[in-house]
Amino acid sequence: MDFELIVMQLFSGLALGAILVMVALGLTIVFGMLGIVNFAHGALFMVGAYAGLWIASLTGSFWWALLVAPIAIGILGMGIERFLVRPLYGRSPDDPLLLTFGLGYVLVESVRITFGTDGIPFSAPEALQGVVDLGIGYFPVYRLFVMAVVALVLLLLWLALEKTRFGLIVRAGARDPLIMKVLGVDVGRLWLLVFGLGVGLTALGGVLAAPMRSVSPEMGTLVLAEAFVVTVIGGMGSLLGAVVAGLLVGVAISMTALFAPEMATIVMFSLMALILLARPQGLFGRPGLGA
Amino acid sequence: MNSDQKRFGVSRRAVLAGIGAGTVLLAKPAIVRAQAEPVRIGFPTPLTGPFGAEAKDQVKSAELAVKLMNDKGGIAGRKIELLVRDDKLNAGEAATRTLELIEKDKVHAVVGALSSAVQLAVNEVTRARGVIYVSISQSDTINEVKDFSRFTFHEALNPHMTTAAVARETFKKGSRVAFLVADYAYGHEMLRGFKRAAAEIGAEVVGEILHPFGTPDYSTLMPRIRAMKPDILAICNFGRDQANAIKQANDFGMKKQMQIVVPVLLHNQRIAVAPEVFEGVIGGANYYWELEKTIPSAKAFNDAFKAAYDGALPTDYGAYGFTGVSALLLAMQKAGGTDTDKVIDALQSLKYDVAKGPQHFRACDHQSVQSVLVLRSKAKAEMQGPADLFQIVANVPGSEEMLRSCAELGLPPT
Repeated sequence: MDFELIVMQLFSGLALGAILVMVALGLTIVFGMLGIVNFAHGALFMVGAYAGLWIASLTGSFWWALLVAPIAIGILGMGIERFLVRPLYGRSPDDPLLLTFGLGYVLVESVRITFGTDGIPFSAPEALQGVVDLGIGYFPVYRLFVMAVVALVLLLLWLALEKTRFGLIVRAGARDPLIMKVLGVDVGRLWLLVFGLGVGLTALGGVLAAPMRSVSPEMGTLVLAEAFVVTVIGGMGSLLGAVVAGLLVGVAISMTALFAPEMATIVMFSLMALILLARPQGLFGRPGLGA
Repeated sequence: MNSDQKRFGVSRRAVLAGIGAGTVLLAKPAIVRAQAEPVRIGFPTPLTGPFGAEAKDQVKSAELAVKLMNDKGGIAGRKIELLVRDDKLNAGEAATRTLELIEKDKVHAVVGALSSAVQLAVNEVTRARGVIYVSISQSDTINEVKDFSRFTFHEALNPHMTTAAVARETFKKGSRVAFLVADYAYGHEMLRGFKRAAAEIGAEVVGEILHPFGTPDYSTLMPRIRAMKPDILAICNFGRDQANAIKQANDFGMKKQMQIVVPVLLHNQRIAVAPEVFEGVIGGANYYWELEKTIPSAKAFNDAFKAAYDGALPTDYGAYGFTGVSALLLAMQKAGGTDTDKVIDALQSLKYDVAKGPQHFRACDHQSVQSVLVLRSKAKAEMQGPADLFQIVANVPGSEEMLRSCAELGLPPT
C-alpha cells in the first residue's frame, strides 16, 4: 500500500466528513437549542434537494437554487415550528418526536406525488465540473467546492452565535428560557428563528448533495441515520462536536474502505457504539442534556 | 399500506360474494356457468425502496399483459386478475405476502420479485405449496438444483448469460479488469459470471471491491480503484446504487482512464442522471424499445404500452413483467385452465415471442432461453430525442449454448 494512496484516502475521508457535518448541522442546532429531536430531518434534506432542482429548472442557474432553496425551505421550517411544533412545547418529548416522524412520511409521499418516484438528474454547474490534480491524485472540483461552502457556513454560524447579541440571546435561551422571558425576551420568536435556521441548513445540505447523489424521494433516509450518528458521537446539540464527529466518521469510513470496504457502513455505527460506551454524552456533549 | 390493501381486499371480496350469491338466486344456471372463477395471479414486487422505479414499470407491464389477454376473452372465458403486493425488497415480507396470496387470495400462480434474495424467498414458499412461480429477476442460483423445482420458471436473464455477452463485447485478452460489487447475492452472482468470462477470454482481474447495499457515496473507493490501474471497471450493482456509483466515478474522472461496464444497463437509472454521466458505459439488457426496428413483437408491445400509458415507453425490467406474465397466460390458454400440472407441461413446451423475439424454457432448469442485448449509453450529441438513450452494440440470439450445462447445475438432462 503506497503512501500516496493513504494520503489521498485521508483526504477523501475529510471531504466526506465535511458533507456529513453539513448533513448533521441542522439536526444538532435544533436539538441543542430547542431540545427537539427532528425526525423529519432526512425528509427536509430531500425536500431541499427537490426545491433546489425546481428552482434550478425555473431559473436555469445552480447558484439561485443554492441561495433561494435553503431560504424558502427555512421559511417552511418556521411554518412547521409555528403551527405544528409550538403547540407541543411543555408536553412530553415523545410528542414532537412522533410529530416530526410522521411529518417525514408526509413530506416523502408529497414529493413522490409531485415529482414521481423516479430519480431526477441534477448536475453541478459547468464551472464546478471536472477534476483537479491535488498532487496526490485527482479530486472532483465540486467536492472541493462543498468543503469550502461548509467551512464558510461554519464560520458564519460561529460568528453569529459567539460574537453577536442575537447569538448571546440564543445561547441564553437554550440554557434557561424562563429567565429570558422574565427579562422580556420573546422566546417564541427566538425558537421560530432557530428552527427555521436548522431546517434551512438541512435544505442547504440537500441542495449541495444533489449533484453528487441522484435526487430521489428516498435520498433522505440514510441521511437521517448519518446525521444521528454524527450528532450522537459529537454530543447532542454541540456544534463543535458535530464538526469533529463528522470529520472523524468520514475518515473512519475512508480508512475502512482501504482495507474492508464492505464494512464501510458498519464502521460508522461501531464507532458510535464505542463512543457511547466510553462517553455516553458524546465527545463534546454536556452530561444530562437530552436525557 | 398493506393492512389497508388487505382490508380493502376482504371487503371487496365480501361484496363480490354477496353479488355472487344474489346471482345464484336470481339467474339461470347457464349464466352462472359463464361467470366462472377468475384466474388470479399474485405479483409481489418492491414498490417501496430503492428499486421502486423498476418495480413500478414491472407492474405497468404485467397489468398490460393481463389486459391484452382479457381483451381477447381471458383464459377459456375466465377473466384474469393481477394481485400486486409490495414486498418492500425484504425476503421475509415477500415470503409472508406470497403465503397470503396463496392461502387467502387463492392465486393460481405467482409472477414477480425484483431482487435475487427476495425471489429465492418467494420461490421457497411457492415450491413448498406446489404453486407455479415465474421469477422475473436475475439469478443463477434459482436454476441450480438446490433451489430449482418443477414449479419454478425463470423468465429473467441470468447473470451467467448476461455477463458472458457483455464481457465478449468489452473484455480483451490481457485487459485489466477491476470490480466494484454490491455485497449481496446480485453483486456476487454478477462478479462470478464476469470472472468466469474473464478467465475464458484471458483478461486479468486486478481487484474487487465490495460495497454495502444502498451506499450513497463511493468517493472513498475511487482512489483505490484508480490505484489498481484497470482498463475496465465493472460496476456490479443495481437500481440507485448503479446511478450513484457511475455518477461519482464520472465526477472523479475515471472514464478518462477506463471503460465502465455494467452487467445490466438500467433504463430508469440512465434517465435519473444526465446523459454525460452514463456516456459510453456499456452493459447488458433483456429489452430496449428500439428492438422494434427489427422485431415485430417489440413494435406491438411498445405500441400497446404507449397506448395504455400516455405514450410512455416500456423499460428493461418492465418488459420482464410483460414477458413473464404473457408466457404464463399463454401456457394457461394452451392448457385450457389453471390446473397446475397441465400448465407446467404447457410452459415446458411453450414457444413464445411476445416482445423480444423467440423464447422458450429449457427443459432441465426452466430457464427462459432468449436473446441478450449489449447496449452502449449514447452521448447527448448522439441522442435524437429524449428516449434515444442507448445504441444496441450486439443482440446475441438466444441459444441453450449460452447457459451453463444441466450437469453443471446438478440437474439431470431431460
